[in-house]
Amino acid sequence: MFGMRVRIALAEKGIKYEYKEEDLKNKSPLLLEMNPIKKQIPVLIHNGKPVCESLIIVQYIDEVWNDKSPLLPSDPYQRAQARFWADFVDKKVFGDAQKVCSTKGEEQEAGKKEFLETLKTLEVELGDKPYFGGETFGYVDLSFITFYSWFHAYEVLGNINIEAECPKIIAWAKRCMQKEAVAKTLPDQKKVYEEHVARLRKMFVSE
Amino acid sequence: MASSAMVTANQLIIMAELKLFRTWSSRFALRVVWALDLKGIQYDTIFEDLSNKSSLLLQYNPIYKKVPVLVHNGKPLLESLVILEYIDETWKQTPLLPEDPSERATARFWAKFGDDKVLPSIWNVFIKQGKDQEEAIVTAQENLGFVERQLTGKKFFNGETIGLVDLAFGWLANLLSVWEEVCGATLIDHEKFPLLLEWIQNFADAPIIKERWPPRDKLITKYQAHHEVYTSKGAPK
Repeated sequence: MFGMRVRIALAEKGIKYEYKEEDLKNKSPLLLEMNPIKKQIPVLIHNGKPVCESLIIVQYIDEVWNDKSPLLPSDPYQRAQARFWADFVDKKVFGDAQKVCSTKGEEQEAGKKEFLETLKTLEVELGDKPYFGGETFGYVDLSFITFYSWFHAYEVLGNINIEAECPKIIAWAKRCMQKEAVAKTLPDQKKVYEEHVARLRKMFVSE
Repeated sequence: MASSAMVTANQLIIMAELKLFRTWSSRFALRVVWALDLKGIQYDTIFEDLSNKSSLLLQYNPIYKKVPVLVHNGKPLLESLVILEYIDETWKQTPLLPEDPSERATARFWAKFGDDKVLPSIWNVFIKQGKDQEEAIVTAQENLGFVERQLTGKKFFNGETIGLVDLAFGWLANLLSVWEEVCGATLIDHEKFPLLLEWIQNFADAPIIKERWPPRDKLITKYQAHHEVYTSKGAPK
């Protein structure tokens, strides 16, 4: 999800790069050297120097390749709004979604409620704009759209109907998916769900 | 504070209406206070009582209902690190972030690491006891070790002058010793963390920074009360 944000940003700006897939159960020495503190992906290595944390990488990309497809607005107040909402996505969507996927009973019910409330808050912020960024796809859209490939999984595991609860969010997501950079990067929703279920089965079997 | 001669007509217009909602003790609001003071920006302060939040605060920050909130010409800004970047972009004097994108990314990484990992791991030491606290200390010191190494060859995280990362870690210079005193654990010593201790000294005594420290005795009282809640039987985790 987080690596995808960087790939969408790079695609939006037409930047060529080398992609290195990591096996997180067997991290490469290069990854551990470039991100010794968090030991996580994504890491962008530019001219030998590492940049870590997906949203920090996206801001870096926007600042270095500032000649086309700006991701953040140029006005400081709009930029602050964009940073706030991307941070909100990080703080709330990921945590809430995890509760939907990996808890049961009362805990899951509470998680579902929070998750839908979070989506509704985002829906209010989106309003009638085509994108969170306004007329064009931007930083907040990028930070949130990568969760879209998990929506089917959330719906099945949580027994929720996101389109019924937040139709504008689904409309927005489909709009984003019409962009080549997004469509090429995001995996198929059903595939994500099946892989997640397969992972869970493996975990239970190995216990 | 900057003298009026240093303030251009342009800045006077930008400053037109600047209000900061804060509490006397909020370590996050203090970052914003420092940023504004370092840049010589005038603003009004509204002190909030978080047990009785003002309707204005709730109107400006309905999502998190927290301080700090900076209101500039009627428009609210939320989340301290977001506010700091806004201040840096709006008022260019005394820059808080470097110009080089790679260095900016590094600064943002450390500010986030401080808030996401260092602060919670130290808070964990404060609220836990016995074996749990011992384990919490290991994690906290691991995180502090990363921070210590960042200071190699530098007076401040930003280099020769105070920057965004220094402001973000400001709480280490006052709250850490308060929490250590209240909970009885020692996290940093001269043997393992000489650079951090030196930074704490330099930062705490820096001009402008030192004018704004909340009173230590009041902080001790406040955190003693917190500590009692967390360490009494059946306390929330």
